[in-house]
Amino acid sequence: MKKRIYTDPIIAPSEITPEAVFLKRRDIIKSVAGLASATAIDAAAGVGHDAEAPLSFTADPDQSLIALRTPYEAVTSYNNFYEFGTDKSDPARHAHAMTTDPWTVKVGGLVEKPGELHLEDLLSGFELQERIYRFRCVEAWSMVVPWIGFPLSELLARFAPRSEGRFVEFKTLHRPSEMRGTRSFTSIIDWPYREGLRMDEAMHPLTLMAVGVYGKTLPNQNGAPLRLVVPWKYGFKSIKSIVEINVTDKQPATSWQQLQPTEYGFYANVNPEVDHPRWSQRFERRLPSSIFKPNRVSTLLFNGYAEQVAGLYEGMDLRQYY
Amino acid sequence: MALKITHTASRGPWVTPIVLALCLVPLALMIYELASGQLGPDPAKHLMQSTGEWGLRGLLLVLLAAPLAQRGYRGLSRYRRMLGLLLFLYISLHLMLFVQVYVGWSGALLTEELYERPYVMVGFAAWCALMPLALTSTDKARRWLGRRWRQLHRLVYPAAILAWLHLLWLARSDVGEALIYGMLFAVLLGWRVRRFFLGAR
Repeated sequence: MKKRIYTDPIIAPSEITPEAVFLKRRDIIKSVAGLASATAIDAAAGVGHDAEAPLSFTADPDQSLIALRTPYEAVTSYNNFYEFGTDKSDPARHAHAMTTDPWTVKVGGLVEKPGELHLEDLLSGFELQERIYRFRCVEAWSMVVPWIGFPLSELLARFAPRSEGRFVEFKTLHRPSEMRGTRSFTSIIDWPYREGLRMDEAMHPLTLMAVGVYGKTLPNQNGAPLRLVVPWKYGFKSIKSIVEINVTDKQPATSWQQLQPTEYGFYANVNPEVDHPRWSQRFERRLPSSIFKPNRVSTLLFNGYAEQVAGLYEGMDLRQYY
Repeated sequence: MALKITHTASRGPWVTPIVLALCLVPLALMIYELASGQLGPDPAKHLMQSTGEWGLRGLLLVLLAAPLAQRGYRGLSRYRRMLGLLLFLYISLHLMLFVQVYVGWSGALLTEELYERPYVMVGFAAWCALMPLALTSTDKARRWLGRRWRQLHRLVYPAAILAWLHLLWLARSDVGEALIYGMLFAVLLGWRVRRFFLGAR
């Protein structure tokens, strides 16, 4: 296996990931460098989706969540992707209409080398790793998902963010002819769907650009061909089917925050102590859930990733910056 | 007998059971889908939606009975009591699911939900407004309450408004469904307001 060479992007000292966290990341990579790239065992064991191709990737060295993984069938049939309708089953039913090949991601804004990434670059231009993450929706359900992808920091590094770049903005494809949810007259989302991260959040080693799940490329309903996964934030931050990434110096407007600023903040960090105005965030239904065994579990601060990410928010009032 | 209908002499004795069976079809479907695992990884969410929606549809039907009867179509009003009891069944299942799956039968958590979430509060208030109507649906209760029975059963109007508010407050980004229900309730309640003022003249 080729050893990874990591090039730091040009960023301000204040935005550099704490060394301890960064070194830990290196350890993780080293610990698996010896392993042969895991073949898509899950894909072989798996479920008949012909459109999804097996991927080559390094297995997640942290297998502690493996037994809790939400089954593939559930991960790919229960989604919020409002571009295809507001019901959880709408994306699985209607997302096949979206063309994902060819696919172009424009990367620009405050970067030294603006440019584009194409589908081939996404699938073979980065060393793919498995990350088994908890995934917590703001609606109080959750999953454990084995994503396949690469750190967002590696993507950004190729375009050399300028030091005045303090935020990263993402946009989802907006193609009404293929996205029936965007044609709904009663929908009040201002398309395209937009999300954003602070630069240090974007550069954090846990922040993943996912191209696959369960060893295969992403099904459309899960945000093919490229989506963000920020495991310590509510799921709506993990924007799907990305076509544009911009480095900015101002905090970008994000879709849910624009829609209901009192309910959805820019940070959207998972926090059991800060309720959504309309429901408690102290518990979650870990799917699959059933009527008689709802599988209600306590929600963890930063979705269980406090050790790795709490430092990013030191001194911030998490109730004010929800 | 709660379900004995007094004015169906001209119809066959089989009409009432058929109407009853029709009203139970959605429930039977839910149980079947649940038992056969067709409801996906989060069946509670789907069942909450279905039971709530059938409760709302039931409310629309019982509110439609009087305007139809005034125009000579008495069919629906003959089954109004049964419809009322069944919609209360659907709404009670809705509430039970909420307590089982979302609150976990914790009294403290339920109190907190009621106080802090207006949509839970109005939904619960709608159920509370309908409960006395279900309890006084027998012929005996009707005789015993006399004129007050009619007054009591006007609680269905605030219940409908509260139920609709509950739906509206739940909508996250698409208010289409709430708007459709809102228009239907507005027409049915508007008919009563109009009749009230015309009658008073």
